[in-house]
Amino acid sequence: MADARTAPGQAREQDRNRRTFVTPEGVDLKLDIATIGERAGGFMFDLVMIVMTLVALTLGLFFVLMGTGAVLAQALVMVWLLGFFALRNGYFAIFELGPRAATPGKRLMRLRVVARDGSRLRGHQVVARNAMRELELFLPLSFLAYQSSQGMADWATGLFGLLWTGIFALFPFFNRDRLRVGDLIAGTWVVRLPRRELGNSVAARTAPTEQPRYAFSDAQLSVYGEFELQKLEEVLRRNDDYSMIVVARTIRERLGMAPTDAEDDHAFLEAYYTALCQRLERGMLFGKRKKDKYQR
Amino acid sequence: MSAAASPQFASARFREARTVDWLELEQRIREIERGRVRSLSDEDLLELPVLYRAALSSLSVARETSLDADLVAYLEALCARAYFVLYGVQPPLWRRLASFFGAGWPLALRSLARETLIAVLMMLLGAVAAYCLVASDPSWYHSIVPGDLAGGRGPQSSAAELRAGLYDGGGKDGMLGAFATYLFTHNAQISLMCFALGFAFGVPTLLLLLYNGCILGAFMAVFVSKGLGLPLAAWLSIHGTTELFAIAIAGAAGLRIGMAVAFPGRLSRTAATAAAGRTAAFAMIGVVLMLAVAGLLEGVGRQVIQSDAVRVAIGGCALLGWLLYFYVMPVRENADG
Repeated sequence: MADARTAPGQAREQDRNRRTFVTPEGVDLKLDIATIGERAGGFMFDLVMIVMTLVALTLGLFFVLMGTGAVLAQALVMVWLLGFFALRNGYFAIFELGPRAATPGKRLMRLRVVARDGSRLRGHQVVARNAMRELELFLPLSFLAYQSSQGMADWATGLFGLLWTGIFALFPFFNRDRLRVGDLIAGTWVVRLPRRELGNSVAARTAPTEQPRYAFSDAQLSVYGEFELQKLEEVLRRNDDYSMIVVARTIRERLGMAPTDAEDDHAFLEAYYTALCQRLERGMLFGKRKKDKYQR
Repeated sequence: MSAAASPQFASARFREARTVDWLELEQRIREIERGRVRSLSDEDLLELPVLYRAALSSLSVARETSLDADLVAYLEALCARAYFVLYGVQPPLWRRLASFFGAGWPLALRSLARETLIAVLMMLLGAVAAYCLVASDPSWYHSIVPGDLAGGRGPQSSAAELRAGLYDGGGKDGMLGAFATYLFTHNAQISLMCFALGFAFGVPTLLLLLYNGCILGAFMAVFVSKGLGLPLAAWLSIHGTTELFAIAIAGAAGLRIGMAVAFPGRLSRTAATAAAGRTAAFAMIGVVLMLAVAGLLEGVGRQVIQSDAVRVAIGGCALLGWLLYFYVMPVRENADG
């Protein structure tokens, strides 16, 4: 496998996001904490949604006003003010109180808000984590607006103020669990909740009577470990001709099998995967695990 | 491997035997996540925990015996989704509302009593200080009260102008509803900010409370110097008892969080802030409700009712009502948000 050497680095990257999350049944679900990029993406989407709803609300009310004249003006102003207030403070909370505990942006990124102690997400937690957005988002924004309205007369004050307000917005960068200030107050965190389809097993299916086309010796099967097996699984799943040719050639060289004419790389990889998987799983049952090819 | 070994090795057999159950669980979870619980029959719902535990046990088995990474990842995702569906069930909305009004809100305020007292004292301190300053030198008024809030009222205004301000509703007679709405949203935003700023060890919250008191004191000084002290008190009290109380509570909630961040005590810092956040969030939901009431009283009640005595009576009743509700009403102790 060409990229096996990067294994430790990748594994560590994944482990850093993994958190133990033990269910009452005693099984660790191993949830993944959302990355800052995913959360920022979800937030941007939500922000666009809010602004677009606001524009639609304003335009809609404006057209109603054009139609009725000033009779309903007061009611319209009330609706607009309340709508703006509800959007600014309620958008996130309403969606996070729903069965998916995620705003549309979070759903798009396959994220979910979860109580850190594993209990169900309570209403007060959602309120607390979203009330803190005042501090994280609207404080720097209103500060910027104030500064720009005052001109750039005192940029030192501006810079200092922006840094001060920015501390709260940049809070997720400074802790291991990427908690916002609101998450800290509410006792929540945001985790990945991917939806996966169950793919077909990539192992070769041969009828019991059929003679296998490839046979591997014990020495040939003890070359690789679990990490390589799972990489091979990925390659087989991707089913990309070019990478299969490369991988098949690498494995053959390593196993010392001479390439024959009219090779079927896919069949070869599938057979090798099946044999290796069978051997490693049997080892697992006896408590012998081989993490990767470097382990003796 | 010898050719005699079964090509259907353990993990493949395991997978084939259980896939039906997993897909069944996934199907039902999807229905519930889409909010279509009603499309499932009672038997389907009763079977759900059984299917969930079967999937969990499959996950444990797969982790120990199978090297099929795709299978393990699928089961992890499925079990996590099922977990949140099964354990994330909320009680019905009316019961949550009843528990909030019956227990959560008053209990939160009872535990915030000390902070609320501090917040009220800060506002009083600001009011007294500003009153003394403006009474001794009226030019202080302009450095305390921002121009747009003063609305042309100030030490230079005549008594007649000030009196008109108290009883004419500021010329907004036609737009009472809109005015009330504006006041509500504006005050709610300020109080939310007051709460959120508490995270910075409570210092900005204290300053904000002090400054709010200052504005009040400066107004007082100007009106008292023109002999309008009592009418102003009546004008303020009809909504002010509710509104200032709400702002004090918002400040108290902010202070509670600030103190938990600064001095977590025996708990870890995250546990302490989360516990403080729970109380503070209950209080803040209440604050927004109180401000809605205050907005109604201010926008409609104050403009319609012109008599000082009635204004004071309404304000006093409101304050008494809040105090009785928060601190005297008997409460059973199982708050659940």
